[in-house]
Amino acid sequence: MVEIGSDRASLERLILQQELEKFLYREARLLDERRLEEWLDLLAEEIHYWMPMRRNVKFGDWDREFTSAETEINWFNEGKEILEGRIRQLNTGVHWPEEPVSRYEHIVTNVEIMDVTGDEIRVNSKFFCYQNRLQDEVNTWVGRREDLLRRDAETGFKVVKRKIILAQNVMLPKVVNTFF
Amino acid sequence: MVDIIRARGDYSIAEYIDSEKGTVSRELYVNPDIFEQEMEQIFQRCWLFLGHESQLPNPGDFIVSRMGTEEVIVVRDRNDNKIRAFLNSCRHRGMKVCRYDEGNALVFTCPFHAWTYDTTGSLVGAGFYNRPDASTDTLPRENWGLSEVAQFKNFYGSLWATWDPKAPSFEDYLGPFAESLRHCLQSSDGEDNGLEFFTPFQRHRLPTNWKVPGFTSVTDLTHTAMTHRSSQAAGLHQDRGQGKEKPTIPFPQEKYAIGDHSLGHGGMCTFYNQAGVPQYTNEWFEPGVDDYFRDATERKAQKYVDRVMAPHGWGGGHFAIFPAVMVDSWRLRWYHPHETGMTERWTLSGVDKNAPKEVKDAVRHYSERFNGPIGFFESDDMENWNYVYPASQGARARKLDYFFRNGIGHGKYDDRLPGVIVNGSYTEEAQRARFSRWLAFMEAKSWDDLYPINKSSARRIW
Repeated sequence: MVEIGSDRASLERLILQQELEKFLYREARLLDERRLEEWLDLLAEEIHYWMPMRRNVKFGDWDREFTSAETEINWFNEGKEILEGRIRQLNTGVHWPEEPVSRYEHIVTNVEIMDVTGDEIRVNSKFFCYQNRLQDEVNTWVGRREDLLRRDAETGFKVVKRKIILAQNVMLPKVVNTFF
Repeated sequence: MVDIIRARGDYSIAEYIDSEKGTVSRELYVNPDIFEQEMEQIFQRCWLFLGHESQLPNPGDFIVSRMGTEEVIVVRDRNDNKIRAFLNSCRHRGMKVCRYDEGNALVFTCPFHAWTYDTTGSLVGAGFYNRPDASTDTLPRENWGLSEVAQFKNFYGSLWATWDPKAPSFEDYLGPFAESLRHCLQSSDGEDNGLEFFTPFQRHRLPTNWKVPGFTSVTDLTHTAMTHRSSQAAGLHQDRGQGKEKPTIPFPQEKYAIGDHSLGHGGMCTFYNQAGVPQYTNEWFEPGVDDYFRDATERKAQKYVDRVMAPHGWGGGHFAIFPAVMVDSWRLRWYHPHETGMTERWTLSGVDKNAPKEVKDAVRHYSERFNGPIGFFESDDMENWNYVYPASQGARARKLDYFFRNGIGHGKYDDRLPGVIVNGSYTEEAQRARFSRWLAFMEAKSWDDLYPINKSSARRIW
């Protein structure tokens, strides 16, 4: 237990933890409530939004496990302009794999502060995303994220970098029309 | 060969296709007995696409690919540097010998009883094989190597194989499309085998019958406006960038839906009516990329001063190789059946080997955002391809037929591609050619009934 008042740094850390969790939960809520443009506001202009593919590799060959953002094909590997385009498409009402729209529930947990450097915070978290669509179309995506967040006067934080580590090899759902 | 459907005592397969009405029974897509027969008579016999040599540049490099419902190990040998392909199933008890997607191997050792194979597929050892009380003479190693494909072909860098020793050569299997495929594997400056392909395979599952995307998307211009309405509405056009130009110098060319009813290949192809190449028009966002492709196109034009390009899908189209490979000028997309109602879709995107990094990056990022389950354009298709299946499967629904009549009777032979029917680009000629060949395979007792193409094996049914 931290004795409040006796350890200012610990107290600040607790407050930061609370702020980060609040931010990440809000992000998840905006996605689930289909407020995609508001979600976009939480991303920095220069965001790198990256979800590598994951290979089955020999024990120890971990450097080959994730696809390279620099030279290989990834699931997501893009900036804000492309994400904006995706959201324009989702908001047309005629993107058939989302019409009728899905019921998504994003659960965010295991929020860990990894590093704080000035205004920038490296924070890791885990997600569980449940999709329920039409009568019986169910998909789940489970994984973790390594984020670089930056303090922002308006939205609390902005996501500057996000690496999404999905626990999947072949993409089992036919499409991915949500964000993590 | 057991005729699975006939063994059930109902009807001949030919009755499922009505060439007068231009229809195909939905039964062909939803019946597990037909699926089983397809695996035996189509996927065991046809030349299938495995990958590209640029995925395994070094001795000992391997990738795991698929042929129909089965996995194959594709490996470059350490001694002769040749690429070979083997069924991924240990000869002892059938365990998967290799469970990695790719890597570099000295040998493949089965995790069950340590049966060990070298990079030519030969059995080089087995667990406790040398013990005095294990009768070594009862394991003739030379007969127990991994099951190797009957024929393998490296065609301008693309890797193909068939399980059938009686299949014709890959070039004969392709017929007039051999030159089209060769052209699509050229770099944009017209060098043969001029592409490399980005790793790894992009792979995702699609809950539908393999023929839904495999046959429909051979060419399907009538789906674009409706299926891809959201990409159009959101301004995410098919093109690679903004500011797409129209050519200012016309080049005589014609676009057709084409189908080879005897070989099964076809698609949407452009025919070029004079030597040379069409003018390059800007299409990329990224700075410098258009400059590269404009220069490359000029270099290609010099090579084609007095050569007419083979018909191919350049400029928005693609053609398909029977049974399920779609070929563009820069990518290959193909379908692996898993079950009657489950398919796995794979994509490989290519780029000029010698292109600078910024060009490779632009092409790669375009592939990432365009293709597959997260690609904004192709994700549109998946919903339709998916729900065709459950909505065709019911006892009532499967008694109905699909309409494949569009343009029937209007096709003509064309000297530029001997044996191929040429029809309007919005017609279903290519799909009909698919079914002509599909039926031939499903009824043939062996390749003797399928090749060479002559009066008895030519099977234009409509």
